Amino acid sequence: MSFLTSLAGGVVIGLASALLLLVHGRVAGVSGIVGRLVDGRRDTVAIDLAFVAGLIGAGVTFGMVAGDAIGPAIMTRWSSVIAAGLLVGFGTRVGNGCTSGHGVCGIGRGSPRSLVATLVFMVTAGVTVFVVRHVLAVTP
Amino acid sequence: MKAVSAMMAGLLFGAGLCISGMTWPSRVVGFLDVAGAWDPSLAFVMLGAVGTYAASGYWIRRRGAPLLASSFERPAASTLDLRLLGGSAIFGVGWGLSGYCPGPAIVSIAALAPVTLVFMVAVIVGMLAAKRIV
Repeated sequence: MSFLTSLAGGVVIGLASALLLLVHGRVAGVSGIVGRLVDGRRDTVAIDLAFVAGLIGAGVTFGMVAGDAIGPAIMTRWSSVIAAGLLVGFGTRVGNGCTSGHGVCGIGRGSPRSLVATLVFMVTAGVTVFVVRHVLAVTP
Repeated sequence: MKAVSAMMAGLLFGAGLCISGMTWPSRVVGFLDVAGAWDPSLAFVMLGAVGTYAASGYWIRRRGAPLLASSFERPAASTLDLRLLGGSAIFGVGWGLSGYCPGPAIVSIAALAPVTLVFMVAVIVGMLAAKRIV
């Protein structure tokens, strides 16, 4: 069952990314979109703000329709929350993409750079989970 | 018109994240925990998304131009470099620690949980730092 909902959700993500490409010619990379807003880029601000508003709007809508649409955070220490956020923001900006930009759009258009980036962050994420859960055995 | 269609894309993208289970950090970490009680179902998110985008993107690019813009965005860099590898490696550590990549974290702002809000502030600070340092 969860395989089917995951596949269906993935198809919807792919269609949403295709819509942004078809209408605006832009890559649906969330870290790139947020990064442009943080940088104060004027030329894309309307599209970028609208996309982010749509993301939050989906969370609001699904939160109302299905009570379990958004899961609770797994982190319990503020030091972990801040460290993880800094790493995600810094890393996606330096690496020029995240799960959506590299993992979906980049691989989807056959970019070797994005394929390598995705493999790298999958591996370091997996190693991090292994160390936290099985070596240190702590709650982050 | 431009903002409306971009918001539609964001709504649809966020809906996909909610349907797929990516907005559950515990499931994301369960997917990354290959040595534990591994939950491979989230691999199907990527399969569905990449497959759909690859097929539709091919036809869209053949049009020559997008509907409301003059050209398709082309990522500037084309070679593997230390920035790509190092940045991606750092992102992965944060993703594994939190179970949040940027998309699901933004969708989760809707639940107004303090952890998610502080996490997103830290993401923005990290992005600003990246611009200054690297």
